[in-house]
Amino acid sequence: MIPLFYYLLLSGILFVCGVLGFLIKRNIITIFMSIELMLNGVNLSFVAFAAQWHALSGQVFVFFVMVVAAAEAAVGLAIIIAVYRTRETLNVDRVNLLKL
Amino acid sequence: MTSPISNPLLWTVPIVPLLPLAGAAINGFFGRQSSKKAISTVALVFCGLAFFAALLIAASFSSAAAPYSFPVAHWIRSGAFSADFDFYLDQLSLVMLLVVTGVGFLIHIYSVGYMWDDDGYYRFMSYMNLFMFFMLTLVLAKNYLVMFIGWEGVGLASYLLIGYWFTKDSAAAAGKKAFIVNRIGDFGFLIALFLMIKHFGSLDFTHVFTAVRTLPTETGGAGPLTAIGLLLMVGAAGKSAQIPLYVWLPDAMEGPTPVSALIHAATMVTAGVYMVARSSAIFDRAPMALMVVAIIGTLTALFAATIGIAQTDIKKVLAYSTISQLGYMFMACGVGAFSAGIFHLMTHAFFKGLLFLAAGSVIHGIGGEQDMRKMGGLRVYMPWTFATMGIATLAIAGIPPFAGFWSKDEILWKAFGASWVYWLIGVITAFITSFYMFRLMYMTFGGDYRGAAVQEAHGHDAHGRDEHGHGHGEPHESPGVMLGPLVILAVLSVVGGFVGYGNRFEHFLAPVFRVASTQVAQEASREAGDSTLEPLLMAISISVAGLGWLLAHLLYSRRPQLPARIAASLGGLYRAVANKYYIDELYAVLFVKPVVNGSTTILWHDIDQGVIDAAVNDSADAARHVSDNVRHMQSGNLRSYAGWVAAGAAVVIAYMVWMGVR
Repeated sequence: MIPLFYYLLLSGILFVCGVLGFLIKRNIITIFMSIELMLNGVNLSFVAFAAQWHALSGQVFVFFVMVVAAAEAAVGLAIIIAVYRTRETLNVDRVNLLKL
Repeated sequence: MTSPISNPLLWTVPIVPLLPLAGAAINGFFGRQSSKKAISTVALVFCGLAFFAALLIAASFSSAAAPYSFPVAHWIRSGAFSADFDFYLDQLSLVMLLVVTGVGFLIHIYSVGYMWDDDGYYRFMSYMNLFMFFMLTLVLAKNYLVMFIGWEGVGLASYLLIGYWFTKDSAAAAGKKAFIVNRIGDFGFLIALFLMIKHFGSLDFTHVFTAVRTLPTETGGAGPLTAIGLLLMVGAAGKSAQIPLYVWLPDAMEGPTPVSALIHAATMVTAGVYMVARSSAIFDRAPMALMVVAIIGTLTALFAATIGIAQTDIKKVLAYSTISQLGYMFMACGVGAFSAGIFHLMTHAFFKGLLFLAAGSVIHGIGGEQDMRKMGGLRVYMPWTFATMGIATLAIAGIPPFAGFWSKDEILWKAFGASWVYWLIGVITAFITSFYMFRLMYMTFGGDYRGAAVQEAHGHDAHGRDEHGHGHGEPHESPGVMLGPLVILAVLSVVGGFVGYGNRFEHFLAPVFRVASTQVAQEASREAGDSTLEPLLMAISISVAGLGWLLAHLLYSRRPQLPARIAASLGGLYRAVANKYYIDELYAVLFVKPVVNGSTTILWHDIDQGVIDAAVNDSADAARHVSDNVRHMQSGNLRSYAGWVAAGAAVVIAYMVWMGVR
């Protein structure tokens, strides 16, 4: 069996990748994907712990996170489309006004 | 203490001070919008009512029933100590009440004429009424604390009126000087009050004096009563312009002339004499303090009189004369002859008030000039002023039967009883007084007019430019509203002395000073039994007055070029006298400079700028520097915030991991 440490390391790497992508990237879709990456990095650690301790709650939690993420993705993508329609750009640095 | 009061008239006493206060308030609040007529009416009516009330009080005053006391209001009640707002009327207060309201009313009338053209007329009248309120509070007080209110209040009114023309630098500075010098005296007075509270637990006159009477006389010169007496004298020296605190009075002449007459001659400056006389019971038990009073008074009388010789400003001569005459009053108090001091206070109020008012009339008549070297020959132009001022001069010089003769002779006689030294200095001073007063008369009214206006007016129309009130061509006599008070005061200067005839004045005041049976006073009364000595001394004082007149006549009327030559031959001595013995300069070097420099370098630069300002500024600077750096966190860039969140989270996690591992 693969030791827990490797799962956690991978989870951490994924999370950090997500954070860095969130901080560095300017394209709003990439940022959105980075958020998903962070969520899934966390999910990975949840399932790893769940497997380790034979506790189902971790697995259940992951389902909740995925549901929320799916809902978030639906809303978020809708917003992105709306933003693109009004501003014709996906660069977050140029989307700095709440009202045009 | 007699309980009030069978006579309803005496209930007017607490109202008397309130009348001028009402006048001051009305004119102060509404004067700006009122017409000058209305202002004059308010000021004169309230002041006149006070005088009328004082006359009613005097008419129903009964020596047998005195002293009366009038509780007005509870004031301070703290444990066993209490000081209420109470008024008190005995023979001494009654004399002061009549002098203050009477002379004050006359000067108010005069002011209407003198100040009519001034822009701040309502302000002037309001201040004058305010002064009357505080002065009446002072003389009617039943305890030292209420007296102190009046004492400070007249100082305030004096400050306001000296600096009345506050746009003039010299007037503003003179007002400040008077106020600050008086602070020194008031400080002494205040400490005397604290000592009284400490030793007697009260400030009430009756209470304190009763307690004092049970104490033995402090012969050694050290003890609480001596300390209280000396500190009271410090206060009196400040208010009444005695050595070493007299320097403010000559400068106070910057005020309008009616102010000089009312405050700086007739009433306020005599408050110190009144206070010492009022405290006669204390001084009676402290002969050392009383001796200091006598010495200060005697020295001041001589010192100020010598300065008066060489002054050329008509009001400055009168100012030094006032200081000198106040010295006489203190000399009288100091030898235990309190009633003689108060007698001189009263006659002095008449003739010195008159002298100032007449000087004001002269100044008014020649367009604001105060330098006697530019006057001369004015008897032709203003005969009424000349006549009245002449009477006042005869009175102050001590020529019988004018008022000053009686009171001054009384003082000299009592002083001789105490020590011939006081008497001798007093007689020398009387000679000098007579000399400088007749010098003033000759320079002002004798000879030919030396002012510029007449020469200009010669040949062409002298009255052409005279139409506009003060545009001044020829010297002119003052209006009737100013001459009236002059004439009344002149009459009083003639007959005022007769109230002292046959020691009636002394007997009237005797109940107040009955306790003051000092050794000196006893000696004085023993000497008084010697009937041949008194006419002799009287003859001497009359003849020195005559000599002074004669000398002034020789120098300033017969040979007017002589004084300049004498002055030149005296050289340094003359310059020293003309420059007031450089006392102002000496004080400047000894006290003013160190205080100003110390304040500038230590208090201002070092402490205020170096410590207080620096603490405030540096902490503000530090806050700004920190903020300057921290504000970069709030860039408005969303991703940098996210970065901070991530970094913060990383720190928290690292911490938890670190702690958890441990």
